[in-house]
Amino acid sequence: MSYLPEYTPADVTPPQMFLNRRALIAGAAALTVASPARAGSPYSTDEVPNTFEDITTYNNYYEFGYDKADPAAYAGKLKTDPWSVVVDGLVDNPGTYSLSDLIAGQPIEERIYRFRCVEAWSMIVPWQGFQLSGLLQKLGVQAGAKYVAFETIVRPDEMPGISGSMIDWPYREGLRLDEAMHPLTIMATGLYGKPMPNQNGAPIRLIVPWKYGFKSVKAIVRISLVAEQPVTTWNTLAANEYGFYANVNPEVDHPRWSQASERRIGGGLFAGRIDTVKFNGYGDQVASLYTGQDLTKDY
Amino acid sequence: MLNAINQTARRIPAYTIYIAGIALAAWVIFSSLSTPDPAKVLERTLGTRGLQILIATLCITPLRWYGVNLLKFRRALGLMGFMFIALHLTTWVVLDLALRWSEILTELTKRPFIIVGMLAFVALIPLAVTSNNAMIERLGALRWKRLHWLAYPATLAGAVHFVMIGKVYTLESALYFAAVAGLLIARRLKARKKALQTA
Ligand code: HEM
Repeated sequence: MSYLPEYTPADVTPPQMFLNRRALIAGAAALTVASPARAGSPYSTDEVPNTFEDITTYNNYYEFGYDKADPAAYAGKLKTDPWSVVVDGLVDNPGTYSLSDLIAGQPIEERIYRFRCVEAWSMIVPWQGFQLSGLLQKLGVQAGAKYVAFETIVRPDEMPGISGSMIDWPYREGLRLDEAMHPLTIMATGLYGKPMPNQNGAPIRLIVPWKYGFKSVKAIVRISLVAEQPVTTWNTLAANEYGFYANVNPEVDHPRWSQASERRIGGGLFAGRIDTVKFNGYGDQVASLYTGQDLTKDY
Repeated sequence: MLNAINQTARRIPAYTIYIAGIALAAWVIFSSLSTPDPAKVLERTLGTRGLQILIATLCITPLRWYGVNLLKFRRALGLMGFMFIALHLTTWVVLDLALRWSEILTELTKRPFIIVGMLAFVALIPLAVTSNNAMIERLGALRWKRLHWLAYPATLAGAVHFVMIGKVYTLESALYFAAVAGLLIARRLKARKKALQTA
């Protein structure tokens, strides 16, 4: 597809090779193989990714229904081509961009990230995308901008979960500008070397790996640079349960369940739980963004 | 129509309910295995099926008012409902929270929806224990009947527990709650009418 430039099938790590990633890296290091074939991003984890099937059949995407199987069942109806994104607010280059114009020139690479849902489950996902910072540079962030706000598409005819739900669509999310500019923050256009499946937020979505999954807004149609902290969907629905920051934090419980541990998807019925790590394990890179902030208040 | 139902029911032995219940539980466990998050799927499916069976049990008495007699299945249905809820609790302890006892203890004391679910389960225990002829004899029919009235608040608490879980309030959980509340009210109205008639 046209929005996956510079990314040919030959570049893609085939799924079965992911399983041997660790062995490959170890082997490559031992042999100091000369071939520079697609060195992995230093931002990627070396944990084994979940299967394509797990990643594409267990999704929270309420525009298609409340059940985690609903997006896989119904998202096929969503037309993602053509796609346009409105860029507005405090930017030098506002306008309505076609997807290919929006992402033109952005270097797409693989990022294997931990993905931690606020519901205390997690996955490892090999995304393809580019740093949001690069896009924001291209759009020209003006001095007064302090936050980036995002909106998901609303198409009731193609998204059966929209009517009859009590949520005030569109789905809205946002980041503080320094969070948005962080190199870990990406706009993803694919996973497992394939164009983004509809149920995972095609054609373009945000991924912020140190925050709960609901921050990583899907099927983006609007990007606004704003001065004030934007209104966000879950924060509006239940402010005491879902904060604006939503950093993964085992020390701050959700009022209805503990965040101290998580179920890692893919381990089967007896997989048990693993301890949740603050900032989803990305603390070395991102903790400094929050110095001086009380994260039990700014949850 | 009513006659046909009653006659068919007469021909089906009550133990069919136990066979069907255990087969359903086995199927629920088996079909969870192929899902990405089997522990959670199993936990939720067992909770839903348990609530449905408990509600079905509560329907037996009002159905009799309309001439449908399924009384002989009531005990088996109630016990199967209890089995599903016991498995639901076991799944939570063993597979979801994976025997992390300090976390389990925190959840049991801190989370209102867990506390309400636990109260519902605890209220069902004396009912399950006394669902046999020997216990009916020992308690006497009147005391046994009074004790088993607990099935209403227990099931209602189970439905409240379901409503409390939702990230957003869903129509589904509200319908379950309405069904149990409706059964409870119908039962009370009937009891009052009876009291007036005999007064
Ligand atoms: C009569 C007693 C109970 C009934 C009728 C009941 C019923 C239910 C139902 C219908 C659900 C929702 C399933 C769904 O979302 O599709 C549920 C979920 C759940 N129940 Fe229960 N339950 C009972 C007791 C308990 C007890 C004793 C516990 C644990 C101490 C418990 C823990 C849970 C948990 C953890 C969930 C899943 C929440 C989630 O979605 O993550 N329940 N239950």
